[in-house]
Amino acid sequence: MFGWEFPPHVFGGLATANYGIAQGLHAQGDIETILCLPRPFGDEDRSACKIVGMNSVPIAWRDVNYDYVQQRIGNIMSPDDYYRYREHIYADFNYMHVNDLGCMEFAGGYPGNLHEEINNYSIIAGVVARTEQFDIIHAHDWLTYPAGIHAKQVSGRPLVIHVHATDFDRSRGNVNPTVYSIERNGMDHADCIMCVSELTRQTVINHYGQDPAKCFAMHNAVYPLAPELQEIVDKRLPYKDRKEKVVTFLGRITMQKGPEYFIEAAKRVLDRTNNVRFCFAGSGDMMNAMIEMAAAYGIADRCHFPGFMKGKQVFEIFRDSDVYVMPSVSEPFGISPLEAMQSGVPSIISKQSGCAEILDKCIKTDYWDIDAMADAMYSLCTNPALHEYLQVEGKKEVDGITWEKVGERIRRLYDQCLERY
Amino acid sequence: MKTICLYFEIHQNIHLKRYRFFEIGKDHYYFDDYENERGITETAERSYIPALRTFIEMAKTYGKEFKVAFSISGCALELLENYAPEVIELLQELNATGCVEFLAEPYSHGLSSLKNEDVFRDEVTRQAKKMKELFGKKPTVLRNSSLIYSDDIGDLVARMGYKGMIAEGAKHVLGWKSPHFLYHCNQNPNLKLLLRDYKLSDDISLRFNNSSWNEYPLFADTYMDWIAQLPEQEQIVNIFMELCALGIYQPLSSNILEFIKALPACAKQRGIVFATPSEIIARTKSVDQIDSPYPMSWNDEERDTSCWLGNVMQREAFEKLYSVAERVLICKDRRITHDWDCIQASNNFRFMTTKPMSVGMYRGIYDSPYDAFTNYMNILGDFINRVNALYPSEIENEELNALLTTIRNQGDEIEVKDKEISRLQSRLKKYEPEAEAEKPAKKAAEKPAKKAAEKPAKKAADKPAAKRTRKAAAKPEATPEPEA
Repeated sequence: MFGWEFPPHVFGGLATANYGIAQGLHAQGDIETILCLPRPFGDEDRSACKIVGMNSVPIAWRDVNYDYVQQRIGNIMSPDDYYRYREHIYADFNYMHVNDLGCMEFAGGYPGNLHEEINNYSIIAGVVARTEQFDIIHAHDWLTYPAGIHAKQVSGRPLVIHVHATDFDRSRGNVNPTVYSIERNGMDHADCIMCVSELTRQTVINHYGQDPAKCFAMHNAVYPLAPELQEIVDKRLPYKDRKEKVVTFLGRITMQKGPEYFIEAAKRVLDRTNNVRFCFAGSGDMMNAMIEMAAAYGIADRCHFPGFMKGKQVFEIFRDSDVYVMPSVSEPFGISPLEAMQSGVPSIISKQSGCAEILDKCIKTDYWDIDAMADAMYSLCTNPALHEYLQVEGKKEVDGITWEKVGERIRRLYDQCLERY
Repeated sequence: MKTICLYFEIHQNIHLKRYRFFEIGKDHYYFDDYENERGITETAERSYIPALRTFIEMAKTYGKEFKVAFSISGCALELLENYAPEVIELLQELNATGCVEFLAEPYSHGLSSLKNEDVFRDEVTRQAKKMKELFGKKPTVLRNSSLIYSDDIGDLVARMGYKGMIAEGAKHVLGWKSPHFLYHCNQNPNLKLLLRDYKLSDDISLRFNNSSWNEYPLFADTYMDWIAQLPEQEQIVNIFMELCALGIYQPLSSNILEFIKALPACAKQRGIVFATPSEIIARTKSVDQIDSPYPMSWNDEERDTSCWLGNVMQREAFEKLYSVAERVLICKDRRITHDWDCIQASNNFRFMTTKPMSVGMYRGIYDSPYDAFTNYMNILGDFINRVNALYPSEIENEELNALLTTIRNQGDEIEVKDKEISRLQSRLKKYEPEAEAEKPAKKAAEKPAKKAAEKPAKKAADKPAAKRTRKAAAKPEATPEPEA
């Protein structure tokens, strides 16, 4: 499996999905996963999969002794593996920027030279593919598609790619041609395409010209809350004791997430009541514009911008919220409403998000239907019965969406794929 | 001799419009006129009119051998009056043949029987009055909205003077008993119960056009054979459904009307007759009582009230709605009472159901139960505000009643006194011409006599005036009395 990020070092939603899928597959019992990451930190959870650090796989021969290797990369993988990989170097890469171990460094995350890193990643993938024995290749998101294609060509095993987002979602149609070509190339070579929602599947079929027969919707899931997070969430005040209601938006404040619709709806709610507050948790290129917009509407005193939230902070926000809103214009999946519902916050989500396909106990509106959104916010803030119903039933529903079930479905697709291959 | 009792419900919901919370207090009109007109004209054209024409034809062919019963909700009647008056004309034409009985039902087709006795009484009275106006006969048999029945409701209906009621033959209530007998209410044996045979009813209303059903296609003689083959003692077959079943649920293209038309002839061959509910009640003896401590209805597989009051949202809306019931009853504002009827309709609660449905659920303009709830609560919020504006919510209901009684009594008193005044004034007028007539004859000679005649007249004129001022003074005193 090729991935780019993995908890606890989270840059975006991809990390959690990778972790969940690894756990879900592990739960099947007879699947072993080797997960290749560009730059693991050594503190990842390795219970479900074997992690290969691409920054410690040699691509140029260096004569180094065991202790030195142990000292250098021991926290990431064992020196035995290093030597095993060293046996399978397939070309002379000395002209590249390799270090004293013959490995390439990765910055991790999403640096400026991303395209170069993607290329390096796929070079190393060739070494790994020649060394390891495997049945199927699973590549997550466009960053790892070249690596997946390379591994497929080396090993002749089927390639499954997992589309977590497409450039059409990120750019609202103004795609970056380089990114598009990488995505398109990956999809063309794939034997099976898993999309995080039907919405994404349609994009893949219509904008990337893929055969619908090899595209499948594979919705994400959530993990049950960790005890320490549950503890935070349990401190929520009962509805009737919360004199001021808090409506929360959580995510990057960018065009894709539709923050301006949230402000418009907030304006309509505040015209009517004054015991509601609106919270914008997140940062992004539209943040300043949003602050200005709130000020222009004269509701700045009721809108709060606490900035980017991570880890525990997210759940502290959920604990203090009464309504969670995700007005995304286009959302391949959107895992945060599931987390909100897990924390007992009723959610309003846009119909243009992938998670709307599997959620039922939440309110769905069109992202542009500001009136409907405002109405739903007002209703949740004033009708205890609706709030209670969605709180209780929403939690129940999300608790039924598990990675184990996703793992099972992925497993079935693997089987199908291998049968045909 | 086996008897078939055919009954059809005519009810159409008055659709509420999309009502956002920021309209609360600004807009007091709640209805979706377009949808109402479209809905009722479509139903009338595709179902009511062809079905009623068929019934008229049948009544003319078979005379008194064919009998059928209807009940019409007040809401449906209003819609029909506004948009499809020909349906009412057809009903009257059918009524003239003498083979129809009209039943009483709550005006709004709402759930008041589960909550508020006074509202229920009021609604039924109004609907029965309307039936009397339109069809010339006061109903003696009642059917509750969606056949909701429980022991308490039975007791209430019996006290209202109805002889019979129709209800669902729900399995969980009947147990081993058969619906093919006449039963009575366990609270009051004078109230007879006719129970629906849901199998035979649903064969027509749900399955008739279903080609995957093993009895498809169903013919009238097969259907009558089933009835004829029932055990000897089972004499009454109650087939109740909505009138829309003929034409909407089962399209006209399925020849359902031909099927209905053929029923009386096939029945006659097998010695089966038709009767209206009140005829059955008059001529049959009840065999046993029915115990239904919890309300049952003809809806869904559960045959209970869960599709209206199954989740917290529905119960909240229901409680909120009836929290102002007493005030609305006091109120004489016609717009408020009309709106009250429309928002009470059970359909509004049905839209909020979260029960998993095997068949596609019709939700009107709403795309989810939450949407339906939000919209309804917005409207209800505005409605309650309007009621509270009439009668401030700080005053207790009892106190309000006392005040209103005082005002009403004073009104009565004033009326009595006004009568007295006019009586005295007319008497005074009688005296005056006499006095005038005497004047020229007796001229100067009887001057003292004239003065004497004037005196009593003046007295009479003074008297009511004095009374009036006294009353005016008494009025403000009387009002604060109950407060103290």
